[in-house]
Amino acid sequence: MSIKEKEQEIIDEFALYDDWMDKYEYIIELGKDLPLIEAQYKTKDRLIKGCQSQVWLHADCKDNKMKFSADSDAIITKGIIALLIRVVNDESPADVATSEFKFIKEIGLQEHLSPTRSNGLVSMVKDMKLNALKAVK
Amino acid sequence: MDIQSIRSQFPILAEKIHGKPLVYFDNGATTQKPLSVIQRISDYYSKENANIHRGVHTLSQEATTAYENARNTIQKHIGAKENYEVLFTKGTTDGINLVAFSFGELLNAGDEIIISAMEHHSNIVPWQMLCERKGCKLRVIPMNEKGELELDQFDKLLSDKTKLVAVTHISNSLGTVNDVKYIIEKAHAIGAKVLIDGAQSIQHIQVNVQELDCDFYVFSGHKLFGPTGIGVLYGKEEILNQMPPYQGGGDMIKEVTFEKTTYNVLPHKFEAGTPNIAGGIGLGAAFEFLNSLDMKEVLKHEQELLDYATAELTKIEGIKFYGEAKEKTSVISFLIDGLHPYDVGTLLDKMGIAVRTGHHCTQPIMDQFCIPGTIRASFALYNTKEEIDVFIAALNRIIPMLKD
Repeated sequence: MSIKEKEQEIIDEFALYDDWMDKYEYIIELGKDLPLIEAQYKTKDRLIKGCQSQVWLHADCKDNKMKFSADSDAIITKGIIALLIRVVNDESPADVATSEFKFIKEIGLQEHLSPTRSNGLVSMVKDMKLNALKAVK
Repeated sequence: MDIQSIRSQFPILAEKIHGKPLVYFDNGATTQKPLSVIQRISDYYSKENANIHRGVHTLSQEATTAYENARNTIQKHIGAKENYEVLFTKGTTDGINLVAFSFGELLNAGDEIIISAMEHHSNIVPWQMLCERKGCKLRVIPMNEKGELELDQFDKLLSDKTKLVAVTHISNSLGTVNDVKYIIEKAHAIGAKVLIDGAQSIQHIQVNVQELDCDFYVFSGHKLFGPTGIGVLYGKEEILNQMPPYQGGGDMIKEVTFEKTTYNVLPHKFEAGTPNIAGGIGLGAAFEFLNSLDMKEVLKHEQELLDYATAELTKIEGIKFYGEAKEKTSVISFLIDGLHPYDVGTLLDKMGIAVRTGHHCTQPIMDQFCIPGTIRASFALYNTKEEIDVFIAALNRIIPMLKD
């Protein structure tokens, strides 16, 4: 599935919920399935400190495919990371580097990616892309 | 006090957020504005707008009168001796920076400034910058587990090196009401000056700067039902006159030549440039709104809200309060075992409830308690017990969602 197709799949999933609380119930569930960063990688240099929540991100590239794992102290943040990673995992570095994650806006969660929110997510997206750029051959 | 009639003066309280009636519990960050303030600002721009202190034309004089009347209203409310001791600033932060610069110019290397462990970053960083600039030393009054200042430790910090004590009247994170009267007396006894950060005070309690005998008192308009971008620095005339100006420009000068400029008298000496005229006039209207209330009744109502919310929150399993001082106003900071404030705040918002989450610009407090932040509900006079019920019901819905 391409990044675009995966994004559309998520948009379709979220279309099922018209109540905010149900939507967040789902995000919280997703947060529990996040590919968790291995303890050895949960280091200071992989920590993205936000004012509201903190994020750890680890990136790898094998056979021209990006692999991300992450964690956060806040579960809603974790759920949103899970969505982001689901879209870009196993994709080529070039595709990840140019990904714009527009689906987040479509499902009404853009507030979590606002720079003023200071939850570490904006910096995390930047780090994902930087890691992908480094891996571009 | 008729809360419904007060509520009806605040149009925003009828708004819906995500389809739910707004429950606004973020008054520590900023309060909502009554119609009288909104209308006053609109009237100013519709009928009176002109630059002040300069024009001979009618509008300029009317605008000047309105702006200066606002100063007089504030002077009376806070009990300042002279109207020119009330300086308009951008807000609390601006007022503290003004004192840190201008009063700071009178300090020398080795002089000491005392602050407390519960200060907002605005009452920490300007002093650190001053210490770097002048080689002064910053000392900190410690705080106990309940969020009360250890005043016996304060006594020990005082010495002939102490030149200024800068403490908050009421803590924005913990709600603690400090015994500023004691602090001022002790500081004066050794010849130090005192600045009180009143950002969280005037909206809750009647403040009289002459009774307190503080040397400086700073606050923001937007936290007491006025507009943003305007605030007040009260200073004693004698000290303000000793201090050099903060910023140079129009209005603050008497005579300018390329060789030598002489400065204007108070308050203009510290009000360079065209001021926030609409803000000042709007703030005057906010003080008139406060004057229309019985502040004792306000405090009583807010105390009831605080007691009720505390009692209801106590029933929630795993709750821990931060700030349990004996003297406390309408701020409740708490955490629920295993729940992150960001998650709680996000879900409360979806239910129409506005609270603050995070460190509230008081990182040293969070460090002392070894927590990343708290959930803070802060009340104002227009809040009700029914709103607290909505808040508690929302929490009881959220908690099982977030717990594994």
